[in-house]
Amino acid sequence: MERSIIDVPDLSLKELDTLMDTAEDIIARPDDYADSCRRKKLATLFFEPSTRTRLSFEAAMYELGGNVLSVTGAGTSSAAKGESVADTAKTVSCYADIIAMRHPKEGAALVAARNATVPVINAGDGGHCHPTQTLADLLTIRREKGRLGNLTVGLCGDLKFGRTVHSLIGAMSRYEGLNFVLVSPAELKVPSYVKNDSLKKKGIPYTQTTDLEEVIGELDILYMTRVQRERFFNEEDYLRLRDSYILTPEKLKKARKDLCVMHPLPRVNEISVAVDADPRACYFKQVLNGKYMRMALILMLLGRMKTREGERK
Amino acid sequence: MNVDAIQNGIVIDHISAGCGMKLYRLLGLERLDAPVAMITNVASAKRGRKDIIKIDAEIPVDVNVIGYVDPGATVNMIRNGELQEKKQIDMPETLVNVIACKNPRCITSCEQELQQVFRLANREKKEYRCAYCETKAAGL
Repeated sequence: MERSIIDVPDLSLKELDTLMDTAEDIIARPDDYADSCRRKKLATLFFEPSTRTRLSFEAAMYELGGNVLSVTGAGTSSAAKGESVADTAKTVSCYADIIAMRHPKEGAALVAARNATVPVINAGDGGHCHPTQTLADLLTIRREKGRLGNLTVGLCGDLKFGRTVHSLIGAMSRYEGLNFVLVSPAELKVPSYVKNDSLKKKGIPYTQTTDLEEVIGELDILYMTRVQRERFFNEEDYLRLRDSYILTPEKLKKARKDLCVMHPLPRVNEISVAVDADPRACYFKQVLNGKYMRMALILMLLGRMKTREGERK
Repeated sequence: MNVDAIQNGIVIDHISAGCGMKLYRLLGLERLDAPVAMITNVASAKRGRKDIIKIDAEIPVDVNVIGYVDPGATVNMIRNGELQEKKQIDMPETLVNVIACKNPRCITSCEQELQQVFRLANREKKEYRCAYCETKAAGL
């Protein structure tokens, strides 16, 4: 079985550093990577709607000089005929050198990875994991703050169903000196198993509150999230909770001058468009950083990382 | 109450009182074409009360199932009326096709041919999580 990435803990801290260093190098010297994946093909299998992640993977592969085979929507693929994820993975392995897959069912990426003969990158499996979003988040924090430790990180919005939040807490909890501030309505708190596994066990301090304005002045990072309609079985609950927190220029007045405002996007209305002009708004940089981290990850899984001397590993 | 000693078979002893029937069900003993005795609420020096299952047949028993239901139980292999082997049971690291994931969003909910795999996530809490979606196993 080829090495695949299903979740961020699949990567060691050293590998995360290497990926971020590579991403920085790509940013500094994009031409050096323009042919890194020549004659390689990435298959993007997206069985759930996505614009950003799919385009990011595809742009990443094109910028590495590779090609892309794309499947979008279960309705246009053999999944509509009832093909299993395992069979799809085995079949696509015959055409592509690497697979990026998004699927509405949790654990689908693991099934694909166990059956594919090429590396599989989990591009989101339902509400479970979305590791490349977390890689984008980590690079953004490192680029904006110059470090991944000694930070007060605020997470705001849907902290119950927000997979990016769980994944980011897990990833950040591996660094020193973190303090988390969890801001959510009572119904959308971080699940206790995430708090137990990532925070309590490691003795990482955290506070929970429902009031963003009360804590915004303490934060180095403010990670906003969308209340996602697709994660609710009950439309009434969704409508009641979707407007819980809306970040506005007014609320940002209480924040630090060097706050980094992040969001995995797409946003609905949880960050006012007026905030976009604020230099603290980093969410579109996050999108760009996501592409660079996906480039680095593709290079790693295809064994095309450069050594310091410029040789291929 | 008298239950005959078995000649060739298995005695699952020191089962926590009340867990015997769960074990009986999960081991699929109701489908077994051999004498099986389920004895509940027997006085026990160690535990106060315990359950015992006697199977009068040499069948393969999934010790992982026993470890999942009751890691304090013991398995005694009997041959020619003599104790051949006594196994202390521990909680298994992995459970395969013993319990099913209840998460409707899990891939196993729609792809029935997949094995149901659970991993031990917290030994103290006896907590197992689905290997696919990490949902906590529902209690027995």
